[in-house]
Amino acid sequence: MFELSDISKRFGTTEAARAIDLTVEPGKTTVFIGPSGCGKSTLLRLMIGLIRPDTGRVRYRGETLSPQNAMRLRRKMGYVIQDGGLFPHLTGRGNIALTARFLGWNAERITARMDELVSLTHFPTDGLDRYPAHLSGGQRQRVSLMRALMLDPDVLLMDEPLGSLDPMIRSKLQAELRAIYRALGKTVVMVTHDLAEAGYFGDTIVLMREGRIVQVGSFRDLIDSPADAFVTDFVHAQRSPLEATQGVTP
Amino acid sequence: MVCLALAPPGLAGESAPVRIGSKAFTESVILADIVAHLAKNDGLETEHVKGLGGTRLLWEALLAGKIDIYPEYTGTLSEEIFAGQGIRGVPALREKLAEFSLTMTDSLGFNNTYVIGMKEELATKLGIRSISDLGEHPDLTVRFSNEFMKRADGWDALARRYRLPHRDVRGLEHALAYEALDKGVIQVTDLYATDAKIRKLQLRRLEDNLIHFPKYHAVFVYRTDLEQRAPDFAAALRSLETAIDETAMTSMNARVELDGRSEEHVAAVFLDRERGIQSRVRERSVTEEIARYTLEHLHMVVVSLAGAMLVGIPLGVLAARKLGLAQPILGAVGIIQTIPSIALLVLLIRPVGYFSDELGFPQAVVALFLYSLLPIVRNTYTGLRGISPQLYESAVALGLPPSVRLWRIELPLASRMILAGVKTAAVINVGFATLGGFIGAGGFGEPIFAGIRLNDYGVILQGAIPAAVLALLVQGLFEFVDRMVVPKGLRIEPIE
Ligand SMILES: Nc1ncnc2c1ncn2[C@@H]1O[C@H](COP(=O)(O)OP(=O)(O)O)[C@@H](O)[C@H]1O
Ligand SMILES: [Mg+2]
Repeated sequence: MFELSDISKRFGTTEAARAIDLTVEPGKTTVFIGPSGCGKSTLLRLMIGLIRPDTGRVRYRGETLSPQNAMRLRRKMGYVIQDGGLFPHLTGRGNIALTARFLGWNAERITARMDELVSLTHFPTDGLDRYPAHLSGGQRQRVSLMRALMLDPDVLLMDEPLGSLDPMIRSKLQAELRAIYRALGKTVVMVTHDLAEAGYFGDTIVLMREGRIVQVGSFRDLIDSPADAFVTDFVHAQRSPLEATQGVTP
Repeated sequence: MVCLALAPPGLAGESAPVRIGSKAFTESVILADIVAHLAKNDGLETEHVKGLGGTRLLWEALLAGKIDIYPEYTGTLSEEIFAGQGIRGVPALREKLAEFSLTMTDSLGFNNTYVIGMKEELATKLGIRSISDLGEHPDLTVRFSNEFMKRADGWDALARRYRLPHRDVRGLEHALAYEALDKGVIQVTDLYATDAKIRKLQLRRLEDNLIHFPKYHAVFVYRTDLEQRAPDFAAALRSLETAIDETAMTSMNARVELDGRSEEHVAAVFLDRERGIQSRVRERSVTEEIARYTLEHLHMVVVSLAGAMLVGIPLGVLAARKLGLAQPILGAVGIIQTIPSIALLVLLIRPVGYFSDELGFPQAVVALFLYSLLPIVRNTYTGLRGISPQLYESAVALGLPPSVRLWRIELPLASRMILAGVKTAAVINVGFATLGGFIGAGGFGEPIFAGIRLNDYGVILQGAIPAAVLALLVQGLFEFVDRMVVPKGLRIEPIE
């Protein structure tokens, strides 16, 4: 689905991505994990073309991302960020339908698609006409997810989608989100800094450090055959969430 | 010439009315009204641009063809307009004016020279009769009109000639000087010889014993082409030469300033008595006048503000989008603000004159437009730059093109800030538009300037009160517009 080859990105003196090579499998969930500031979000933003790499290239379904095709390709991707990134001046409905309206969808088609999404995400219908300021954190994330899914993209790019939610809502939403991923069968790339969450969602886990990929593999691989001492340390530092996930087969 | 020859007779005169200018004091307005009545009597269409604020402004307007004629004084021509060129006396002046395609009448019959004056009572007490006597009283507070301070024969020259010891001598709006003199805040100022207030305030004219002041004979300066365009009228003008003596002029001034008659009326009475010319003078009620000022004022504010929005918002967008342009754009609109308003109005006479024949309204609108740009451009820029990067990127990530992002996302998100800029511009504009009175643009500035000229608070308030009320109304209006323009989602309180 995605092929990243020799990607580097620098912000001033910070090297946010260094010589990254990565292939994202279609239909699978890939999780980026690593300490804060290691370049997870940067990698995701490179993949949707919000920023351009200094070197290397991103290929999406065989097509190299460029300023010329970025707008068209983005409509085939759904992007969700931590606090949802909802436009405060538009209702839930307005946020979700924004691009479809611009593309000239008629009202019936928009309503039909929105109905599908509401039942997929278990979103209360009356919430659609509320403004983001009048929605709870969990509801905002659902609206954001619906907005990302509106055009039925091939891939979902999720940057810590549950990051700002409190633990109770978070674990409930984790379960729902995984159910949604399974129901959709779409390619998902998700960023988290929580190993348990990574294990819970990820078919493939990409562990990063200071702009580099340290190890790519399954949750088991990370625990059973760590690539280096950093992986071991990272896994151990998150021991307790690890124990919590031991009952669940990743 | 061919066109002229083909045109039916009279059409040329009809299409170009005679435009008469006057300065911001009673005498000038009366003289201009006399000329206006005369021209009307000759069947000409006229327009009187009343009470323009200063000699420079009239001179510029005359050269630019915005006005055809205005009353002037020989001394002002020699000492101010042709300062330092030593051009004195009617023949020399006429020769010089011809270089500008201008000409002038002979003296109308009176010499309204500058005199130095003080309260009769105080002058008697201190034993001051002549300007020389002032030298023995260095502690008197001396204030002159701004114009007098700057003139070649003004304060500097006077102080040198009479060796006057007074320090801290400053300029003051002339009309305010009388008030200050009467209240004893100042003791000495400059006056005009035919000044009605000399009698009213019981002032003494100090003798110019060293003959410092040149002659200030009243004349009409006009564009020479008037003699072809309206030969009868030019002849009628000539007939005013020597027709008005000092007593007649002082009493006309007093009829306006002390008895509260309009200049138009006093001018009509003069022509009726001297020439048997009947002029129709329609005295408008105060309500009618205020209604007219309001319309004119609103017209200026609305046109200039609409223009500033049409130009300012796109400029703000451009500055926010192309960061390299931000500093040049914000810098340029900022610099405009530093130009003093009066100077800007004068500067605009000619450039704006290329696009409009009218004097006053277009210049005022352009000046207001220019001053309105800064708050609108700056707030648009700040509003757009203040949008969080997450929201900005979310819009990009949705695959929306830049124009759609601008209209559907960025401008709505910045709407409150942009509106605040427009509101600031509107409120400043309402106050600022009163300066339109300075160049004959009408509006509430007209009674304010006229009231200062006549030293009549009632007239000043006819402009000042509605202007203040209008500013408050505009403020209130924007509370309402805020609800219309700023999206609801940005106005509600969050629940958490
Ligand atoms: N627009 C930017 N300008 C400057 N530095 C940036 C920018 N975006 C990211 N960085 C830096 O790049 C590094 C990686 O950032 P990011 O990808 O957001 O990390 P993560 O998502 O893993 O926490 C950090 O050091 C961050 O400060
Ligand atoms: Mg991040």
